[in-house]
Amino acid sequence: MKRCSLLFISSVLAAQEATVIQNAMVYTATKPAFVGSVAFTGGKITAVGEKVVVPPGARVIDGTGLHVSPGIIDSHSHIAVAGFGVNEGSVSVSSMVQIRDVLDAEDVAIYRALAGGVTTANILHGSANAIGGNNQLIKMRWGQTAAGLLMEGGTNSIKFALGENPKRQGNVTPQQGGGVARYPATRMGVEDIYRQAFTEARAYQRAIADFKAGKTMMAPRRDLKLEPLVEVLEGKRLVHCHAYRSDEMLMMMRVAEEFGFRLATFQHVQEGYKIAKEMVQHGVAGAGFSDWWSYKMEVVDGIPYNMTIMTKKGVLTGVNSDDAGLMRRLNTEAAKSIRYGGLTEEQALALVTINPAKQMKVDNLIGSIEPGKSADLVIWNKPPLSSYAVAQKVFIDGTLYFDRDKDMSDRGRRAAAKKAIEDQLKLEAPPEQKKGGPPGRQPGSRGPATEEIAQ
Amino acid sequence: MKGLILLVVTLASAQDSYLVRNATIHPVTGPEILNGSLLIENGKITGIGTKLAAPKGMKVVDAKGLHAWPGMINCATQIGLSEVSSVRETNDTNEIGEFIPQVRAIVAVNPETEHILVARANGLTAVLTLPAAIAVGGGPGAPAAGQSIVRGQAAMLRLDGWTWEDLAMSQSAGMLVRFPAIQTVTFGFPGGRTEVPYAEAKRRYDAEMRKIDEFFEKARRYLQAKAAGTANFLPDMQLEAMLPVLAGKTPLLIPAQRERGVREAIDFAEKHKVKLVLMDVRKPGAQLARIAEKKIPVIVGQPTDLPMDDDDAYDAAYSLPGELYKAGVKFAFATYDNQFARNLPFEAGFAVAYGLPMEAAWKALTINAAEIFGLGASTGSLEVGKSADLFLSDGDPLEVKSQVKMVFIQGRNVSLENRQTRLYQKYMGRP
Repeated sequence: MKRCSLLFISSVLAAQEATVIQNAMVYTATKPAFVGSVAFTGGKITAVGEKVVVPPGARVIDGTGLHVSPGIIDSHSHIAVAGFGVNEGSVSVSSMVQIRDVLDAEDVAIYRALAGGVTTANILHGSANAIGGNNQLIKMRWGQTAAGLLMEGGTNSIKFALGENPKRQGNVTPQQGGGVARYPATRMGVEDIYRQAFTEARAYQRAIADFKAGKTMMAPRRDLKLEPLVEVLEGKRLVHCHAYRSDEMLMMMRVAEEFGFRLATFQHVQEGYKIAKEMVQHGVAGAGFSDWWSYKMEVVDGIPYNMTIMTKKGVLTGVNSDDAGLMRRLNTEAAKSIRYGGLTEEQALALVTINPAKQMKVDNLIGSIEPGKSADLVIWNKPPLSSYAVAQKVFIDGTLYFDRDKDMSDRGRRAAAKKAIEDQLKLEAPPEQKKGGPPGRQPGSRGPATEEIAQ
Repeated sequence: MKGLILLVVTLASAQDSYLVRNATIHPVTGPEILNGSLLIENGKITGIGTKLAAPKGMKVVDAKGLHAWPGMINCATQIGLSEVSSVRETNDTNEIGEFIPQVRAIVAVNPETEHILVARANGLTAVLTLPAAIAVGGGPGAPAAGQSIVRGQAAMLRLDGWTWEDLAMSQSAGMLVRFPAIQTVTFGFPGGRTEVPYAEAKRRYDAEMRKIDEFFEKARRYLQAKAAGTANFLPDMQLEAMLPVLAGKTPLLIPAQRERGVREAIDFAEKHKVKLVLMDVRKPGAQLARIAEKKIPVIVGQPTDLPMDDDDAYDAAYSLPGELYKAGVKFAFATYDNQFARNLPFEAGFAVAYGLPMEAAWKALTINAAEIFGLGASTGSLEVGKSADLFLSDGDPLEVKSQVKMVFIQGRNVSLENRQTRLYQKYMGRP
């Protein structure tokens, strides 16, 4: 058995190697916290409890005074999307597009989220369209290619959007930079989009079934727009629906019921607290912000007690970020539901771990510290719901992807590497930039001056 | 008439006298007092100690298990001027005109705004409200080229009052100025990314800097003409509004995120001999030592914002307050918006997590903010003689899960109810 203190762990622990975090406060997300150990091998958690047998040859991390939680799950993020690729806003139904196709594995937001304890995120299409594109579950495997970010065994899902955003395209004027107004311009039109689209999808579904049953001779022409909607009808693709007001959410549930499918989540779900009863009846979960309000008209009734009310009334509730900055602090975002309305610590931590896993139907893989689940773990210096909690180490599938000590000790080296590049740029600058004054400050220089970069 | 005034004062006195006892008192300017008592009379703190008795008829608040803190001050919001940020009709920020020092935030403050009630429910007792938005990254509300330069007067508001005159702790707490940046790339919504060559961006920048210089020179000449009593002197409201700035009474509030901005703001303030408060400082770089040496107060950029550049340390923004503290800079916190104004204590909490000592965090949240805006003698700490602007919490207020139990503003035990708490009650009770 190799013993090593936190300071001397090699930068990346091999995922295959058996590891035991000992003597830490363990928050499993499914039961109250206790002092004990978590063991993992081959990317999976193998044991958790007050006493855990250390396998021969296992690496032991002394967790004394530290806190271990499941990796945080953000069920609503737009990081790691190349350029302005998040919204295919030209049509009201864009179910043919995939976020998977525009993943950017070099977005530094991935590393920053990781450093905030996030291990998994659902990267959603934007909210410009009533029916948006298909979303992608990723793990924060910083340093991997786009293909390496994809979560194995993740569920497929599509984005819907209600309210101000999908109808905005119907209301833009040329002065606002818009061109021709696009249907719909009202919440009435938004409902119509769904009923039209799912009527088409049903007909397509029937045409396929008829062909398979030998009732027709010709296979229907493949329709990439309708295929995902047929999957929705057949329960093979989850719907995550951007929504704020209770009226529009009620409409969406009734439309889904009319076409015989169930929504997975309402995202943002600002007024979920008003229709918790209807949400429970339909079986839709609520995944939203902790305390956002007042940024647009449809969030005027946004209240920080939303998560508490929904939880107490039986809605499967989660907190998410929709923001690369906030994503780094979902642990304290969850704690706000203790402040506002008095959820317990366990209930609060579940809002950003096991509950979003359940909402995305991946709770068999992630979301809690239980044997058999992925070893997605965060070691914190303080209790995870504390304002003072700083993630020290983050494991994904048993591999150490973030290590605060290493990040800190690498800073000098990174600064030196940056300076070398800057010096090189200065050498390469055109001669007229070199004389008189700092480089690049003269009118007529071609690029941003090195000084601008440096500051 | 005299009798009437006296009567009013007597009534107020009867209503607003409290003995808060058994609290852990955190004066911020002095050591913590366990099992302490606070005497509040006529809107002021009249006693702090361990053995205070309640004068007859005074209301007694048993604060067993609670902590008393000075009210927190958010040093940049648009509270009162903006209700729903994306609904133009509810916004009175960003007046038109390049040089509009005469424009005053205070006169447009809606005392009925929901933002006052929501912010104070979290223990804030005062906010600086700005006449224009300071936003970064070219997002909505960000000052673009062509927007106002001298943008008007900010006001310090207490978060309780019937009119804006009641709310005003300082009607003119600072003059907001936008310094240009050499900006080659801007992001707009709608419109997306637009790019101009560096030379063009630099030319625009130089032109704007020249204009600012000329405007201050013009104001100086106006002052001289007025002082000289020139025969055909004509009053000018625009230039008149600059006189308190030139006299060093009203500070310039200059957002300066990066080293260059900080350097230019300090150079400018020195050249024109005016007082300066640096706002939204994020990457002061080598100018940090100069800020400290010149004793220039700073309203720090939000610790919870993303670092400015991709190659910054991931915790750069969280760590900055700690670095300012180590360098000896006097600073305070702000959220720069209304929506998250109530989260001010958590901003400080994250700064503590990344290296700022707790005591320094509390000074930044309270007394520093008061002193930076000239209110240090009357508020910002729990001291006898100061305005009773304070709150009681059930734990460490920088911890997200703690709760604020009572808030006093000028000795009034203000309501912590708001639209959000009412909706909470209403819908918890929905059958």
